Amino acid sequence: MASPLVLLLPPRLFSFYFERMDKAVEIEDLSFFYPDGRKALTDISLVVYRDENLAVIGPNGAGKSTLLLHLNGIHRGNSTIKIFGLPVEERNLKEIRRKVGLVFQDPEDQLFSPTVFDDVAFGPINMGYSEVEVKRRVAQALEWVGMSGYEQRSPHHLSVGEKKRVAIATVLALNPELLVLDEPTSNLDPRSKWSLIELLRQLPVTKIVASHDLELVKALCQRTIILDEGEIVAEGNTMSILNNIPLLRAHGLAP
Amino acid sequence: MKHSFLDQYSDRDSPIHRLDPRTKLVASLAFILIVVLIPIVNWQAFVIYLSLIVALLIISKLPPLYVLKRSLVIFPFVLMIAIFIPFFKSGEIAGSYNIWLWRVSISYDGLLILANVVSKAWLCILSLILLSSTTKFTELLKGLKRLGMPRMIVLILSFMYRYIFVLVDEVMRMRQARDSRNFGGARLRQLKTIGNMIGTLFIRSYERGERIYAAMLARGFDGEVRSLQRLNFKKADACFGIAFGLALASPAILLLF
Repeated sequence: MASPLVLLLPPRLFSFYFERMDKAVEIEDLSFFYPDGRKALTDISLVVYRDENLAVIGPNGAGKSTLLLHLNGIHRGNSTIKIFGLPVEERNLKEIRRKVGLVFQDPEDQLFSPTVFDDVAFGPINMGYSEVEVKRRVAQALEWVGMSGYEQRSPHHLSVGEKKRVAIATVLALNPELLVLDEPTSNLDPRSKWSLIELLRQLPVTKIVASHDLELVKALCQRTIILDEGEIVAEGNTMSILNNIPLLRAHGLAP
Repeated sequence: MKHSFLDQYSDRDSPIHRLDPRTKLVASLAFILIVVLIPIVNWQAFVIYLSLIVALLIISKLPPLYVLKRSLVIFPFVLMIAIFIPFFKSGEIAGSYNIWLWRVSISYDGLLILANVVSKAWLCILSLILLSSTTKFTELLKGLKRLGMPRMIVLILSFMYRYIFVLVDEVMRMRQARDSRNFGGARLRQLKTIGNMIGTLFIRSYERGERIYAAMLARGFDGEVRSLQRLNFKKADACFGIAFGLALASPAILLLF
């Protein structure tokens, strides 16, 4: 399904030396308050490297979604966030939103057009691509997620799994370098969930996944941070974090 | 959940279905305008228009019973407005009745106005049913856009089409939740519950709107509505347009003689 993408993988030969230097996301001391004054994020500092898959786990209401919304400038806190070296500022927003594909938790919010085609084409049209280019990107994005042939369907009449795939296609159509997913497996049955995980594993882009689905985290991400009450409380190798049961228990991630 | 109360039967195939949405939009608009403008005394014209619309309905292969049922929806509204006109309009008396203390009379002029309103409303609704049952809503939106409708309005309509089903689902889920917690009790309490549900629905829609806007921003929306143009005007459209125009004009030609 994703074979054409595999060819786009950067050559791995020297990547061991360069990878550590190539930062996809740089956040320093980010704090954010909700409009009503409650503190949502406190002093978040985080670096995500290119081609890395990072999991952000934490209980409900920990601030995961709020953090993700900072990555393409929909929320702006008090610190400068750099995406591939570009500071998140008004003048860079268009470029950043092309580079960062944000997939929302509820595909009902992400898919707002009357047909699947219109939805997947929305981003490319906004980027000002030509009609031929838009059609090519839509066809390719739908093929990557295995949804070719659904162009004229109404998003409302798709199953939840299909909606999730189309939602991912809507951001893939922009060829993002960083894919940010908010709870990608919520509401999915196990089969749809594992086929989605397989799809995500085959996409060769940097990924940040917010979830409390630990199976997804284990299958997809090398590194994990735990967010609780707006603070990063733990960070490290996914296996070492997921095996630390007392730590998980302390933050509502294990019974 | 599957709903299709907006453009049912629009995914079928017939010569009418295949026409360009712009052709159908303009034709419907012209039809409605002319029907509204022609005085009722030229009743021959209305016979021609009725047969025109019936012919088109037959060509479009819509189930007659469905069309009839849908067209009846308009009557309560029309009657509510127009039913009293015959009683109040002065003129030659068609009949008068004693109802207890009052003497009620009906005038010919009033009856004529009633017939006028009802028949015109019915013809218009028939043409709109024909339009909406042979054109997919998405095609209709594209047609409106190409005809110069402001893009913001088209965008609002497309959001309506996209989310009306989501809202209906939400209402149904809320109703199920209410019923499974044994909704009942006094009338006043029921009304209060319904009020709360409407309020909740409003707040949820508002919050959903904010999330959708964030999703649009995330994909590069900057306030300008752009779209691809993907419609083509065919030979059939030209033929239909000319034939329809002639049919609309035919009563005027007949009346000249």
